[in-house]
Formats: sequence, C-alpha cells, structure tokens
Amino acid sequence: MTEIAIKITVNGRPQEAVVEPRLTLADFLRENCRLTGTHLACEHGVCGACTVLVDGAAVRSCLMFAVQAADREVTTVEGIAAPDGTLSPVQAAFRDCHGLQCGFCTPGFIMSLTALLRDNPDPTDEDIRVGLSGNLCRCTGYQGILAAARQAAPGPAEA
Amino acid sequence: MTTTSPTAARYAGSRVHRVEDARLLTGRGTYVDDIELPRMVHACFVRSPMARATIVSIDASAAAALPGVVAVFTAADLNGGVKEQWHTSSGEEGPETPRPPLAEGEVRFVGDPVVLVVAGSRYIAEDAAELVEIDYEPLTPVVDYTQAAEATELVHTSHGSNIIGDLGAFPLSTFDDVFDSAAHVVSETIYQQGYAPVPMEGRGLIVDHSATTGDLTIYSATQSPHEVRMFCARLLGLPEHRIRVVMRDTGGSFGQKVMVQRDEMCLMLAGPKLGVPVKWVEDRQENLLSAGMSRREHGVARMAFDDDGVIQAATIDFVQDCGAYPTPWPVMTAAAVGVFFPGPYRVSKATFQARTVYTNTVGRTAYRGPWQFESLAREVLLDIAARRIGIDPAELRRRNLLRKEDIPYASPYGMTYEQISPMETFEQALSMLDYDAFRVEQAQARAAGRYLGVGISNYVEPSTPGYGYYGTEAATIRVEPSGKVNVHVVGGSCGNSIETTVIQLTADALGLNIDDVATVQGDTAVTSFGAGTAGSRSGSMTAGAVGQTATILREKLAAIAAHLLEAAVGDIELTDSRATVRGTPTVGITMAEMAKVAYFEPQKLPPGMTAGLEASSRYTATDTSIFVNATHVCTCEVDPVTGRVDLLRYIVSEDCGPMINPNVVEGQIAGGVVQGIGGALYEELAYDEDGNPVTTTFADYLLPTSTEVPIIEYGHIETPSPGPGGYKGVGEGGAIGAPPAVVNAVADALSPFGVTITRLPLSPARLVGLLDPSTRAADGSDQ
Ligand code: FES
Ligand code: FES
Repeated sequence: MTEIAIKITVNGRPQEAVVEPRLTLADFLRENCRLTGTHLACEHGVCGACTVLVDGAAVRSCLMFAVQAADREVTTVEGIAAPDGTLSPVQAAFRDCHGLQCGFCTPGFIMSLTALLRDNPDPTDEDIRVGLSGNLCRCTGYQGILAAARQAAPGPAEA
Repeated sequence: MTTTSPTAARYAGSRVHRVEDARLLTGRGTYVDDIELPRMVHACFVRSPMARATIVSIDASAAAALPGVVAVFTAADLNGGVKEQWHTSSGEEGPETPRPPLAEGEVRFVGDPVVLVVAGSRYIAEDAAELVEIDYEPLTPVVDYTQAAEATELVHTSHGSNIIGDLGAFPLSTFDDVFDSAAHVVSETIYQQGYAPVPMEGRGLIVDHSATTGDLTIYSATQSPHEVRMFCARLLGLPEHRIRVVMRDTGGSFGQKVMVQRDEMCLMLAGPKLGVPVKWVEDRQENLLSAGMSRREHGVARMAFDDDGVIQAATIDFVQDCGAYPTPWPVMTAAAVGVFFPGPYRVSKATFQARTVYTNTVGRTAYRGPWQFESLAREVLLDIAARRIGIDPAELRRRNLLRKEDIPYASPYGMTYEQISPMETFEQALSMLDYDAFRVEQAQARAAGRYLGVGISNYVEPSTPGYGYYGTEAATIRVEPSGKVNVHVVGGSCGNSIETTVIQLTADALGLNIDDVATVQGDTAVTSFGAGTAGSRSGSMTAGAVGQTATILREKLAAIAAHLLEAAVGDIELTDSRATVRGTPTVGITMAEMAKVAYFEPQKLPPGMTAGLEASSRYTATDTSIFVNATHVCTCEVDPVTGRVDLLRYIVSEDCGPMINPNVVEGQIAGGVVQGIGGALYEELAYDEDGNPVTTTFADYLLPTSTEVPIIEYGHIETPSPGPGGYKGVGEGGAIGAPPAVVNAVADALSPFGVTITRLPLSPARLVGLLDPSTRAADGSDQ
C-alpha cells in the first residue's frame, strides 16, 4: 500500500507522519500521536466517543482518514484544558455535575459540547439534547451530562 | 484494650468531587487499549458466520503467509493447553457448560471464535483474518428458545438435551385450590426480549508473558482482577503468584466483564506461545455478536386475589434462553427469578419453576439485576390485574405491600426481609408525582384525545452477597513516611466511583483531610484478594474492610499520639490530619510528625510498639444478603397513531440506607434506569430465524440517547442496613425497576384501547400493531 506523508497540527503542535491511506484519524491520534484520550466505541460513526475538532468542527475521527486531516488543525480532549492544567468550563462542569462514570464516552461528549456551546452559547434544553444526541453514554443515563451542559453554557450575556 | 471513638463523618454523605475525574476528563485515563508495550502484537478472531455448522476444514496458509502475521491459532493449537476452567464463584465441582476456547468440530453461534490471528498491527491481523478459509457444513440450528426443550437438534450433543436445568420450589399445581376458589385469578405470559449490557468499552486484554521468568502479566478490562488471575492460574496450570493482573480504567461493564469468557481464554493460552505481549480489544460488532446476551426469557405469571384485591397466591413458570455458552452456569440465577417473584408484598403462598435452555445464539452473561424478570413479570401482572379487577394500580399495591409492622417478613422461600421500607418508598414516590393530580391531568388529556399514562414498580433485591467467594473484603491502609495515606483495596471499578468512596471512608475513619488520602486499586500485585464489583457489593464490603482496618490504625495512632503528647489514649481525637487532646485542640501532633516517628524514630514510640504505620485487615460479611428496596414511578404520553412513547417524569424513591456519596448513588440509579428504559422501549439483541444476528452495529442496536431520557427525580428513604455504616448496594436496582415502570406507564396510557401488553420492547411498530384491530388478537392481548 502506498504510504503518504502528512502533517497535521494536533493541539497546536505539528505532527508529521508517513501513513497508509486507510489509517483513520482516530488511530493516527491514538497510535502515532500517543493521544489515547480519543476513544473508539463503535468505529462506525454512531457513538461519538471519537469526536475531535478538525478546524474547529466536531467530527468523528473513526470516520475520517488521517490523510483527510492533512494540513488541518485538530483538537483533542488532551488539548482543551488551560496550559496550567485548569479544566475548561465544559470539563469542570462534567466534574461538578457527576457527568461521567467510567469516562469512556466522556472525551467525545466534551468535544461535542465544546463545539456546541461555542456555536450556541445560550442553548435551550432541547438544543442541548439534540446537540448531544450523536454521543452515546451507557453509564450516566445522561443526567449529569445534561446538567453539565446547562452549567457550562455561558448564556446570553457572554454570547 | 483502649478503644478510640470513631472520628466524625466529614466526607461520607456529601457530594465529594470524584478523584477519578481529573484524569478521565483530560483524556489521561488508561483503558486497556491505551496500553502500549514494547514488541506488542495484536490479535483478531475469525468468527463463525453460521449459527450451527460442522467445521470441515480450516486453511490458514494464506493468512499465515501475509507479511506482518505472527501466528495463526486454531483449536488444535490452543485448546489442549487448558488445564482447568472454572470460575471461583461456581466452584470446582459446579456443573458447567463445556467451553472450548476456540470452536472445536462444531460452531454453535454466529460469532463463535474459530481462529485467532496474531499480527504486528490490528490492521494486518484483520487483513489476515479475511484470508482464512473455513469450510463449514451447515447444521440445523436451535434458534427459538421457546421450542428448544422439544427440539430434536441439540446445541451440545454431549449434554443430551437442550434443557440446561429445571429448578423449582413446589409443583406449580400446589396452590390450585387457592386459585380455584379465588375471587380473581390473573395469568399472563410475559416476554422480555434479549438485550445486553453494551458497555461503551468492549472487552479486551493484554497478555504479557515473560520468556525469562515465565511470569505472566495481564492487563484486563474486568470487574474483578483477582478472578482473572485465579481463573488464568487454573487455566494454564500456573501458580497464582506467578501471574499479575492489572486493571486501570474500565469503560463500563454492568456484568459483562465479571467473568472470563472463551475469547479471553484464547489470549491467555496464546500469550505464552508468542513470547511477546499480545493485545486483543474487541470492536463493537464483536461485542454485539459475541460478548454475551442477557434477558430473553418469558414466564407464565399467575396471581390469585380475594374480593378486596389481596394477593392469595403467586406462581411463575419461567423459561430463559442461555444461548450456546452461558457464563457462568445459569441455573441458579434463573431460580432467583422464581424466588424473588413475590417481591416486597405480603405473599404467603408461592411457587415457581425455572427452566434454562441452550440455543445456537450468543451465550448469556450477567447483566445488572440478572434476575430482574421477577420484577418485570410481577409488576406488569399487577397492573393487568388492577385493570381486570377494577382497582387503581396504586391502590392494589397499597393493599399488598409490606408495611412497617409486617417487617421483619419471612418470604415464602424462607428469606427474612429486614431493614426495608417498601411502603415508605412507594408513598414517597407517589407523593413526589402527586399521583391524584396526575390522574386528573390524565383524564383531561384523554378528553382532549391525548394518551397519558403512569406506571409504578416496586422491588426488593438482595445486594452484597455475604458468602463464599463474595463474603470477605480486604483493605490495607498505609500511612506513608510523609504522613500521606494510601488505601489499597482491589476495587474493580468500571465507573462506580469506588476510588472516591473509599477515600471518603478512609478520610473519615482516620480523621484525615481528604486531599491527604489516595487509593491504589485494581492490581493483584498490590491488593489483597477481593471479588471485585458484582452483586452491588462494593459499597458495603469496602466500607467493612476500610472500617475494620482503620480501627486498627486508629488504635495505633492514638497510642502514639498519647505517648508523644503525654495524654491519655482515651482523650486523643483524630481530626484534620492531626491528633489532638480532647478539650485542648491546640495541643496536637500532625500525621506527618507521627509518621516520621513511626518510620524514622521508632525509639520514641510507646515501648514495645512495632515501627511503621500501616494496617491490613479482612472484613467478613455478617449477613447473607443486604436487602434494598425502591419504587419507580414513570409517566408518559403515547401517540396511538405513530406508536411513539415520550417519557414525561421519572421518579425513583430508593432506600439504600445512608449514602456515602449522593452523586454516586444517584448516578448509579440514573444509569440503571436508563438501561431499563432502553430495554423497555428500544434495545433488542435480535436474531433472524436462521440464527443470524441482525443488530451488530449501533445503527441497529438502539441505545437510549440524550433526546429520549426523562429527567430523573430522586427520593431517598434511609433505613440503615445491618452491615457496615448501614450502607446497602445500589448498583443494580435502576435496571430492575425501570422496565416494568415504563411498560406499566405505556399500558396505562393505552388502557382506553383495551390492549394488554405482554411483550417487549415497546417499539413504535409493536404498539401500532397492538392498536390496530386488524392485527390484534381476539382477546386484545399482545401476540
Ligand atoms: S467510534 Fe467513532 S463514532 Fe463511534
Ligand atoms: S461514562 Fe461510561 S459510557 Fe459514559
């Protein structure tokens, strides 16, 4: 299989690799970049566990090939806390609201919600539910996650 | 001996932030698939595409020749390595399904592992798996479990029958005279479809065999690292202490990862042959194909009532599908369905029969509330009975529920229900809803052509099994030389927050600031044996272990402090990570100072005292079970045209005794409830009539999402258990109470149509079919 040289900026750092065209972005992040926070729970685009931001847009990294992300900016769950380790508002809200149990789905939810609230800082409850409906969680019954989304929403004042 | 008084609870009972979260929120958890070892290779299974067939031949030469492939194993290579295979909870003598690691001669379900391919990467392993050629001679499969007992085809020929076991109390006819003379007899056959735990992380493990020492290290997604170790030791005939099993973060389990299955056995057998670490992590399709099924069962539930609706007798004739390779032996769990069928009601005459059968489908595994069918059948039947008798379903329950004055209550099968509060949770849940107001709202909605319904379910379940393998739990608490504290318990968390709760308990027991306590869990090398998470046991058992161990350490700390502060031992108080003298809190000594003395200045210790500052102890459960009860109340609106169900309110009133961490308790309830909602409305692990699974992706196997779940409201009644801290187990109840509450709500909404719902899941298509007179059975029941 012909391998292709790519460069992807991941969490602000350029990453270069020569990869098979079939390598998914998720595997590139997990294996080549050793960023194992991006999880795979279905590998067929339904569960959202693998959600990352590509040029700011939430995408399922199991459905994207690494070569498709060439020359783009990727943000993973490892890249959203402040450099001093302070949790992002979304991460802090998940902690405050018991929005996670096993934590396997959590990186995907955090990335989806981060994108959602950036685009819609004052969502209705329905906006939140619909916005997160592409992420599956088996532990929490979504209760803490919905509460975390409410808490993390900046609201109209900061919109 | 001088005893110090326990320190005041400062953290238990409060919504302490979880210690697990810092790593899990930042992508720094360590799930099995995150572990990379030098020279590690990757395994992939070739699985049977047929429900039942003879394996005629296997040609793996092309696979083996693919560059990057390390090994290709068939049954002939691996199965001979099995020394013993049994789970500790079942025991050496326990009956067991024959479990070949790789299929031998015959495949018995679609997904049956036939060949194990190992390669330098998972991609190559999957490529190679495609190249394996297997010639099968199809056999007629046993797919419909309701016909399995009579089928001429046998799933396991050696067993001689498709019936795994029949277990019961008295003959079902025992109380026929009561039924014959009862004012009302209600009998229905209630079916629950197959569904599954579906943890978001599938199964997986890494087996790392050291060629030099022969030692084995296993990294496993499990609920019980010590069981993985004991099982592996027996499987390979290795001394237990040569094996180390490590679990770190496990992405959910709900029963599926509590025991070692065939796939994992294959990896254990292959590891020592490879000489390099080997990883297997199943993908979602494998998980839905081969990780196990739960539920899929039915029962003829029957109750006799007097004129006032008082239950006179209750029986259930229960049949459960166990697939081809149930893990563990399912006969006892099936019997529990019968034993708990009478529930938290005054029922003095009851009996049951419970049958388990093999089919050519994936094997049954444990799932949160493995016998929850008892509640489903009973509570659904009670609602059907209420409608037939003409009593409100809440009132029918009120007339039969165990009241305070009935407790302790001897169940018809000899268990004594104590420290439970069924009537209290029931009344609390109804008042949280304002049941009467809902009935008014419902009537108004009906008048306007909208169909609202309310469903109730009550249950009592045994938590914290206190016998055999499960009956003890150990803790080691070590004050390190700096005065910081580590508490070692085996844990086994798959999300149940036991790192946090153990730290809360330890901080309270030793009067420590919570930041001074950390915990070490999940590694057999540094934790004593414990059964891990199962049977809603973690809270009570670790509280016992921590409490008992901390008592030893508290005595020692008090003695040291008394000696150093020249005070009486009885006057020493431990608080804020210090020891102080009662009445003069300014006089004190920090934990750091005491640790320094204990480790580096032992001559300053009280005469004769051993240096160091750690204690270990093993707690033995005092009760066979700790009973826990709850009431679920659910309201919904059903659209009779589309069959769509919207859940409106969901209330759980639970009596789990005092709570260690209310966030954790409510989180456990919520997770279980939504799994139960999934089972009632959406999820089905389905097979076609040839035994082909038809739900092997998340596009077909429908989990509840954020758009469907109601906001769950919690009510707590607190009746302390006889166990440590008064705690009870709360891990499973949500998944037990929810399905009947949802079914009853839907049936109540549709009661104007005169339909009887007896089959799950309540998909839109099923509800529309029920409401369509042309497809409805003459008696209006669900076919
Ligand atoms: S792993 Fe990508 S959507 Fe499930
Ligand atoms: S926290 Fe376990 S799957 Fe969401």
